[in-house]
Amino acid sequence: MTDTTLTPPSDTSNAPTPHKIKSILEPDALTRKRNAAEARFKIYGIVAIAIGLFFLVALLWAILANGLGAFQQTFLKVDIPLNQEQIEAAEKSVVKTSKYRAIIDGAFAKELTDANITTDMSARDLQKLFSSGAAATVREYALANPDRIGSTVTFELVASSRVDGYLKGRVKREDLVEDKNLDAAHLDLSDQLEDAGILEKRFNWAFITGTDASDSRPEQAGIGASMIGSFFMMLVVLFLSLPIGVAASIYLEEFAPQNRVTDLIEVNISNLAAVPSIVFGILGLAVFIQFMHLPQSAPLVGGLVLTLMTLPTIIISTRASLKAVPPSIRDAALGIGASKMQSIFHHVLPLAMPGILTGTIIGLAQALGETAPLLLIGMVGFIASNYPDGVAAGFFSPNSAMPAQIYEWAKRADPAFYERAWGGIIVLLIFLMTMNIIAIILRRRFERRW
Amino acid sequence: MSLPYILLALLILAVAGFFVGRGKALSSANGDPRILHSLPGYYGWNVVVLTLVPSLLVLIVWLIVQPAVINNHVSSMISEETAAASSLDLVMSDVARVADGLDLAVSQGAMDAEMANSIRTELTDVRGRLGQVGVALGSNVTAETLRAAQSYRGWNATGLLFRTIGVLAVAVLGFVLGVIRTNPDFRARNSVETVVRYILIAAASIAILTTVGIVLSLIFNTVEFFRLYPATDFFFGLTWSPSFGGGSELGIVPLIWATMYISLIALAVAVPIGLFAAVYLSEYATPHVRAIAKPLLEILAGIPTIVYGLFALLTVGPLLMNVFGGGGVLGVGWMQGASSVFTAGVVMGIMLIPFVSSLSDDIINAVPQAMRDGSLGLGATHSETVKQVILPAALPGIVGAILLAASRAIGETMIVVLGAGAAARLSVNPLEAMTTVTAKIVSQLTGDADFASPEALVAFALGMTLFVVTLMLNIVALYIVRKYREQYD
Amino acid sequence: MNEMPNIEQANEMTASKISADKVQVYYGDTHAIKDVDIEIEPRTVTAFIGPSGCGKSTFLRTLNRMNDTIDICRVEGSIKIDGEDIYDPKVDPVQLRAKVGMVFQKPNPFPKSIYDNIAYGPRIHGLARNKSELDDIVSSSLQKAGLWEEVKNRLDEPGTGMSGGQQQRLCIARAIAVSPEVILMDEPCSALDPIATAKVEELIDELRENFTIVIVTHSMQQAARVSQRTAFFHLGVLVEEGPTQEIFTNPKDKRTQDYITGRFG
Repeated sequence: MTDTTLTPPSDTSNAPTPHKIKSILEPDALTRKRNAAEARFKIYGIVAIAIGLFFLVALLWAILANGLGAFQQTFLKVDIPLNQEQIEAAEKSVVKTSKYRAIIDGAFAKELTDANITTDMSARDLQKLFSSGAAATVREYALANPDRIGSTVTFELVASSRVDGYLKGRVKREDLVEDKNLDAAHLDLSDQLEDAGILEKRFNWAFITGTDASDSRPEQAGIGASMIGSFFMMLVVLFLSLPIGVAASIYLEEFAPQNRVTDLIEVNISNLAAVPSIVFGILGLAVFIQFMHLPQSAPLVGGLVLTLMTLPTIIISTRASLKAVPPSIRDAALGIGASKMQSIFHHVLPLAMPGILTGTIIGLAQALGETAPLLLIGMVGFIASNYPDGVAAGFFSPNSAMPAQIYEWAKRADPAFYERAWGGIIVLLIFLMTMNIIAIILRRRFERRW
Repeated sequence: MSLPYILLALLILAVAGFFVGRGKALSSANGDPRILHSLPGYYGWNVVVLTLVPSLLVLIVWLIVQPAVINNHVSSMISEETAAASSLDLVMSDVARVADGLDLAVSQGAMDAEMANSIRTELTDVRGRLGQVGVALGSNVTAETLRAAQSYRGWNATGLLFRTIGVLAVAVLGFVLGVIRTNPDFRARNSVETVVRYILIAAASIAILTTVGIVLSLIFNTVEFFRLYPATDFFFGLTWSPSFGGGSELGIVPLIWATMYISLIALAVAVPIGLFAAVYLSEYATPHVRAIAKPLLEILAGIPTIVYGLFALLTVGPLLMNVFGGGGVLGVGWMQGASSVFTAGVVMGIMLIPFVSSLSDDIINAVPQAMRDGSLGLGATHSETVKQVILPAALPGIVGAILLAASRAIGETMIVVLGAGAAARLSVNPLEAMTTVTAKIVSQLTGDADFASPEALVAFALGMTLFVVTLMLNIVALYIVRKYREQYD
Repeated sequence: MNEMPNIEQANEMTASKISADKVQVYYGDTHAIKDVDIEIEPRTVTAFIGPSGCGKSTFLRTLNRMNDTIDICRVEGSIKIDGEDIYDPKVDPVQLRAKVGMVFQKPNPFPKSIYDNIAYGPRIHGLARNKSELDDIVSSSLQKAGLWEEVKNRLDEPGTGMSGGQQQRLCIARAIAVSPEVILMDEPCSALDPIATAKVEELIDELRENFTIVIVTHSMQQAARVSQRTAFFHLGVLVEEGPTQEIFTNPKDKRTQDYITGRFG
């Protein structure tokens, strides 16, 4: 568009007559048009922000609407007489739980008659109201409390996921047509039981503290064990990435000479920050599991992988905090004869600490929510049905982690697990929110303006 | 001595070293620290460093090398027929499990140590014996496995002994050396600081080590894969249909296509929204609005990708089905299932909005105020200033930001694993399910495939491709952004 | 260069281009400009002088409402240009700024070609009907800014690649291209070396023929060299205003005298 060979006008007076603006009080047509364009442009911006915020609201709404249900659970209150002979007989049998199931059946039939509810359903069909884990609950109680045998104990047994879903409005009558686990008669019965106060919905502590359950018992699945797994991973990440990150940042920011090696390290760090997380999973699989033979699915390995992944983030934010400490502080320390190391460790580092901690917490939050690398080191597919026993087991024995557990649930066929997955997300987000709020508070409290 | 005890011993030695070193320094100066070259504490630290650093290095190297060496030795005991029947990895994990079982049996008193070393499958039901102490084995223990396991135990015990002796010897040596060197003229501070400096350098080079680790783990397995499967078929094959029985077709083209398609949709969502949001926030919004809207948008960036994956699978997918699916609002039946390129693309776009907007925001803010003043002073409207002065000036930076977002999109895993589908397909219909490079890396490595089979190794080749592509995008993007920043610094 | 306006001209107060009446400027809670009354005459160079922080630049920026871009800034009182109040809600600052151009302290060419830098203003204000008219505007502006001979062969090179003095003259040319009636200059030479400064000063003196010029300057020598009238600001107050020679030789106020003789500053 530029023309380098413009001819100079022979005389300036030949130039187009200077544009005269009549009055600044009346906008001319062009100005009106330009102002309209201005207003339009501004609206585009507002619309963009509105769309972004709409997505945020939609996402949060989806999470809450689908996930809050996981914090409620339907229980059946049944008085079960723990009969000595029956229990002994059950313990001798090969399939112990089926005998306990029979005990529950008997007690439940009595509850029904007491509540004046008549049904023509067989015991087998009635059993479908209960979680298939109900018998195990009774058995564990009986074995753990031998002194209670002989008396009648009020059990609150977990209802099956379908009944639970019905009470929460997730399962509709029309959904039951193809369902072989439950039919409309069950739902009628559930209504009656609810009126009689036998069936009720309460806060579900077991979801927060419990362990994962097998495919057939979504109503008993909890996120507790994987929370512990995440906790141990975060310990590893914290205790490795904070010292290493700070040490690396101090070197790069304060000591590193300007040369090729330093450049290489810097380019490396900024690239690693952008490497897809799944690649770190491959690294973990190949190096930690295949080469070093560390145990699969162990939080230690997960922690190591996540450490490598969060290090660049932590290094970048730590360097920024170190950079923010004015050189005059360093000069002051050096000026009274401190060594460079002393000036850094005594003055610069403490001043940069709030910033470093903020960055570390944000890095940890990122690591806590990361899923992809965990898939490759075997933290998915493992059913975290037990708590680790002891600290060493916490690091070394197989476990899941919160995001991996959520993924696991999302993959299962029974939609009842989706509710658990969304519920798990709520728990995960609460952790992330807490961490971020701590980071924000730290920043606000200790932020210095030099 | 097991690992925790060794560490404890080292710690005790180090603490003792600190006091001994400090004490010796003080006493050699007759209690007058002013005579000393450094503060007394530095002499203590000097001993600590000499005690801990070399011994820990030895320990780490030992921990890495020993399992590899022992594995090598023991696996040579496994006959080729056994290795061929299942895979060497599986046999070796059996061996390890039996060996652990024997350890457990000994520690619980179910066997004595001698018996553990001498039992024979011919004479004892090893599986049963181990079952009693709670070690469940999948199959009966063969004589070969048992012998390997016993040898494995032997090697391990020897290794452990030598490890303990070696590490402690090095620690004591360091301790003694440190104490001997302590005298008032010794420059303890400089010596400690030199070591600290090397520790700092070591920490900084972990970044390089990580990259080297990534590259090596990808290269070795990729080369292995190309030995089993021709590279040309991999790079130019139009079909992806792995079958674990063999005879798989592993062409990357459909995966690359879907990856690009999804990324493109994601960028089409994220770039305009993110860019306009950034312009509005940095140029128009009052500080008050900015203080609210910016962090709110950034929440989107803090939400883990698994959440977006679930959102795609369970919310956006079914919603799109209701519109485009058979029996949907439009009644067009273009969509077969909730997972599709479009589902994943849109959700990924949402995820990238704050990424694009905060990067662009930084970049727009880096354009000097003088530019704005210059343009406004000439009577340009704000939008003319943005469109004709600020955005052109910020263009390189914004291009860099978009490239970074693209690299993010290509490498994103959870959203596509959950939202895009599992079947590889070459199609132009965005409402069809397709699958991407990252999704296949996950499925090939989390399946039951043997790690030595091409079906599992292909994941490393896919990872290599992914790594190279994203690395190039990142390098170009970071270079552009860096140059841009320098321009206005 | 320093040609004193004669008495008749000075008496033509009705013909003043800009007239400010009791102008107050606040930055948040800070009262930055207090009660400034001033008449600025057409086709004259008026210099604002004063110690740094005295409010001279702030006041200059109120004249084309550049202060609007600062959120916490508030202006009271009236400023009229050709009898029209520029703070009237009906006034569009965009149109105002086309009439009152501005040149800044630091040369700020856009990262575009020299040609596009000059053409930017005419393009956004729709001053040219076609390419050749635009070409004419560009070349005449560059000629008026005395830059034509230096750049006529490299109009498509970036404006950021020129020397500091050239960049500032480019910015002046850019302002002229919009055909404003008033040009405000905020310490236009503070980032330039003496030779470049001399050229810009020469240019300012030539521009007086066609434009009303208000210049803020740190240097009293510069004010003496280029301006016909001088206003002295101190602590947000307009202390004294009058013909330049009078201010420099015979100031009425003690503070002006102290400043001019170098007691403070």
